Amino acid sequence: MAQHKINYLQEAGLPVALTTVDKLVQWGRSNSLWPLTYGLACCAIEMMATGASRYDFDRFGTIFRASPRQADVIVIAGTLTKKHAPFMRRLYDQMAEPKWVISMGSCANTGGMFNTYATVQGADRIVPVDIYLPGCAPRPETLQYALMLLQKKIRTESASYKLQPKRLV
Amino acid sequence: MMRQYKEKENVQKKPYYSDRFWVAPQVPKFDVQSDTVFAQDLAVLKEKFEIVDAYIQQGQMIVYINSNDNVDVLTTLRDELSYNFLSEHSAIDWLAKRGEFEIFYQMLSTGKRKRIRIKCFIKERETLKSVTGVYKSADWAEREMYDMFGVIISGHHYMKRLLMPDDWYDHPLRKTYPLHGDEAAQWYEIDKIFGKEYRDIIGPEERDAARIDVDDTHRFSHIHHEVPFGAPVSHEKTATDYQEEGGVFIVKKLKKEDAKILKERP
Repeated sequence: MAQHKINYLQEAGLPVALTTVDKLVQWGRSNSLWPLTYGLACCAIEMMATGASRYDFDRFGTIFRASPRQADVIVIAGTLTKKHAPFMRRLYDQMAEPKWVISMGSCANTGGMFNTYATVQGADRIVPVDIYLPGCAPRPETLQYALMLLQKKIRTESASYKLQPKRLV
Repeated sequence: MMRQYKEKENVQKKPYYSDRFWVAPQVPKFDVQSDTVFAQDLAVLKEKFEIVDAYIQQGQMIVYINSNDNVDVLTTLRDELSYNFLSEHSAIDWLAKRGEFEIFYQMLSTGKRKRIRIKCFIKERETLKSVTGVYKSADWAEREMYDMFGVIISGHHYMKRLLMPDDWYDHPLRKTYPLHGDEAAQWYEIDKIFGKEYRDIIGPEERDAARIDVDDTHRFSHIHHEVPFGAPVSHEKTATDYQEEGGVFIVKKLKKEDAKILKERP
């Protein structure tokens, strides 16, 4: 028989933290977002700077992976040409669910200043995009902020993530 | 005191829009005999080949030849006249004006420190002999010329498009090619990735760079009034900080009033 009545609901009553599966899973996912090592143009330089020691993506648990099979996020960093579009789509298809897309810079968002025959007029014609980053090229802080917003977005989603029917597929 | 206001003239617009008959001034042409080195070179070429025209512009000699002489002329220039670099080689589209392409070979002699430009004209369907046997640098230049202008080259060892995809339709640097691409170009990535039946679902390209539609939440997001993708427009102000109120599991929310701000460096 217990001598003292323990109030389990009181703080530090029991070394147990109560949470939901959704929260726990999405906490894990949002803090280990692995982007694909994939750069297309000058935005990729800013992406590299974000990954390097000064801005340090690693502290968000964001470590660049060299294989789409291990990646959760693809950052479309640069001008997406029509010649390259099928390869970009293939890389996206090779990534395991759940997966997210950050469209980085004007060129990836809308085609930017390349209003020509050879440039895809917005990466969202090819893949569904979660975060659009303005700028030409965006500063590393902007990419960091985009990643934080993506983390926040992931935390609000349910764990059984299903690709919402967006404009594509 | 204010500076006097003067009407600023758009210098770029002026010649193109105000005077329809304005002709850009030509760079002055000089006789080949005015330069002894070029005069000797031209004499050597004249002995062997038919020279259509020759003059000096901007300190460089320009020689017009017949298009079927191109390999022999370039071989002579390389072996006898020591023009050891083919620095540039491409075409100019004169199809609308005279139904021909102008082909040019820009060459450099490091020994003589002189540049020379060999030019010739070919018709649209005519083939041009490849000069890759004379200058290796012509390899990609000829492939690019085929890719961009559709100039047909004979005798090239790997005649394939250089820049555009292999299944691309038409040659983009021709004057008749629209800047925004023809139908095949505009739907290229959609046709290739999803198939033609997806054209209706995805819709045409948005080519107006200045287009803004406040009701379209697929493409636009009103700053401080952001709504989820495709949701109806909201006039309520949204919180834009990236941290959830009260923090998330393990991570505490950073509050400015709790932070210790130093007035100066310790």
